Amino acid sequence: MGSVGEQVGSAGLIELYRCMVRIRSFEEHAHKTFLKGGMPGFLHLYSGEEAIAAGVMDVLAPDDYIVTSHRGHGHLLARGGDPKRMFAELYGRVDGYCRGKGGSMHIADMGHGMLGANGIVGAAVNIGTGAAFACKYRGDRRVSVAFFGDGSTNRGTFHEALNLAAIWELPAIYILENNHYGVANPQSDHTKLKDLADRAAAYGFPGVVVDGNDVLAVRAAAAEAVERARQGGGPTLIEAKTWRHWGHFIGDSAKYRDPVEHQSWLDRDPIPAFGKVLVAKGVATEAELQAIGEEVEAEMDAAIEYGRQSPFPDVSELTMDVYVGDPQGTSAGGRS
Amino acid sequence: MARLNMVDAIDQALQQAMDRDPKMVIMGEDVGRDGGVFRVTDGLIQRFGDQRVIDTPLAESGIVGMAIGMAIAGYHPVAEIQFSGFVYPAYDQLVCHAARMRNRSRGEFTVPLVVRMPYGGGIRALEHHSESMEAVFAHVPGLKVVIPADPYEAKGLLSAALADPDPVVFFEPARVYRAIKTEVPEEPYTIPLGKARVVQEGTDLTLIAWGAHVRTIKDAAQKLEAEAVAKAEVIDVRTLSPFDYETVVASVRKTGRAIIVHEAPRSCGFGAEISAQIMERAVLHLEAPVVRITGFDTMPPLGRLEDYYQPDAGMVVDAAKALLKF
Repeated sequence: MGSVGEQVGSAGLIELYRCMVRIRSFEEHAHKTFLKGGMPGFLHLYSGEEAIAAGVMDVLAPDDYIVTSHRGHGHLLARGGDPKRMFAELYGRVDGYCRGKGGSMHIADMGHGMLGANGIVGAAVNIGTGAAFACKYRGDRRVSVAFFGDGSTNRGTFHEALNLAAIWELPAIYILENNHYGVANPQSDHTKLKDLADRAAAYGFPGVVVDGNDVLAVRAAAAEAVERARQGGGPTLIEAKTWRHWGHFIGDSAKYRDPVEHQSWLDRDPIPAFGKVLVAKGVATEAELQAIGEEVEAEMDAAIEYGRQSPFPDVSELTMDVYVGDPQGTSAGGRS
Repeated sequence: MARLNMVDAIDQALQQAMDRDPKMVIMGEDVGRDGGVFRVTDGLIQRFGDQRVIDTPLAESGIVGMAIGMAIAGYHPVAEIQFSGFVYPAYDQLVCHAARMRNRSRGEFTVPLVVRMPYGGGIRALEHHSESMEAVFAHVPGLKVVIPADPYEAKGLLSAALADPDPVVFFEPARVYRAIKTEVPEEPYTIPLGKARVVQEGTDLTLIAWGAHVRTIKDAAQKLEAEAVAKAEVIDVRTLSPFDYETVVASVRKTGRAIIVHEAPRSCGFGAEISAQIMERAVLHLEAPVVRITGFDTMPPLGRLEDYYQPDAGMVVDAAKALLKF
């Protein structure tokens, strides 16, 4: 745990643990409900990747920006999002962050500087770069953090955005959550690179590889990148190597993965691994960690029930909010 | 009052908006030092500096994608795409993100972004440098699509677009840039988006167009009147989205005949939408079928072939005569 653990302090370490447990519990609640047919849309779970969101969010200031991906529940939760409103959004209900119109893939919450999850792979890279431009332009030392997966790095938009961030030395941090598959396409098939952080060399800024299942390692790398960005030192690409416990989406059996490799990653589940560290260092007891798990389970039970009981949007909302000044909805459609 | 061409009218609108709005930023390929390939942003970098008039790499999806992030984060970016035929890498950004942010977030995020681009033929270029693909933007809910016909219109409509809280795609007819001058007031003014303009009133048929072809139908109306064939009502649609069907339908109810002119390919062009609106709302007032005079369902050709591709006033006059005899 070393110096990072000392910087964070015992209470902070336990909060990092709790943060990961809350994300896991949120995701597994959503998972169970989705399988029963209670939720519309698609569901891309963050289970297994919690250390990344927890570690990065821990070093951000409240007014920094984040932009995320289709696998975005964990980011908002770690950023302080309310699971009640998040579940309501997943259910497509009016109490959701987007009044039930964004769903799992488009949760957005300006209150937490969260500029949106996104159903387009790699969309956060460009939008996050723009938010970073705004930060630099304002000169207020805010930073912008974009989260995206390994598949995103093969898109032309990735190249364009990182090059722009480089030439203008933007306070952008790119968190590449490398779970080794772009949907079903393994990294070895979609790139010749072993470390995707190497791509940063093409833009002339630092690229860092970190164990994405080690919350303190992620936190340390993010802290250094954020500090550099705040000081005007420009962008950083952080490749956090990780593994999703489930398929690309719920319904994807992920048979394309090698069972032995899959099991080896499950054995390195970031939550129990960090729990063991906390116990070994005397930061928490087994019983205390178990109590956290039970508290979180109860919190998510209540949150998902809140979401389930939230009303559906009225049919009049179908055509609302297409344009500003058009709140009543006058978009054409249906029978003329 | 000064008589300006469209290039100078747009430049003036941009300068005045930049003066008013410290959050406005212009970005695009060669918009700064070079002043734009058509010189539309000439002088702006000298006035506002390279932090507000930004030369970008050749990276349309990067430009528009960044502009969306800037807009959500509180700025008013104005992105120039060098020719409308270069916009397709950014189409993803416009359709998948700019257009949807407001609806997706139920009003929490808006994207006050203007994407300006020269478009259309008549400059002896081909393909990407001459095409007229406005309909593929008008089809996207959440985008506004604006096309001015002359310098006065350009300044007023662009000023409105720059003050609009939603993403606006602003097509500038390249052939009109320096072809005509109109009186343009120095003081700022806006022309509301979503309101068509009756350029001249008439009784016998309605001619409908936008952009460069407003001049085509004005010329046709003059010939029809000079030959004592008909008194045509001339409508400049101005904004394809939102589309002001009331003005168009009221006119056709009065005249009973309509000709729609656009240089975009015929199939699924915006003329089809206007025709459908007329059918739905004024069919019992029609004395003859609605006629479209359009470009062809092919790529804009180079050189002389373009003379066959583009609608002209003579074609409109011939069609009008046939309609009146129908």
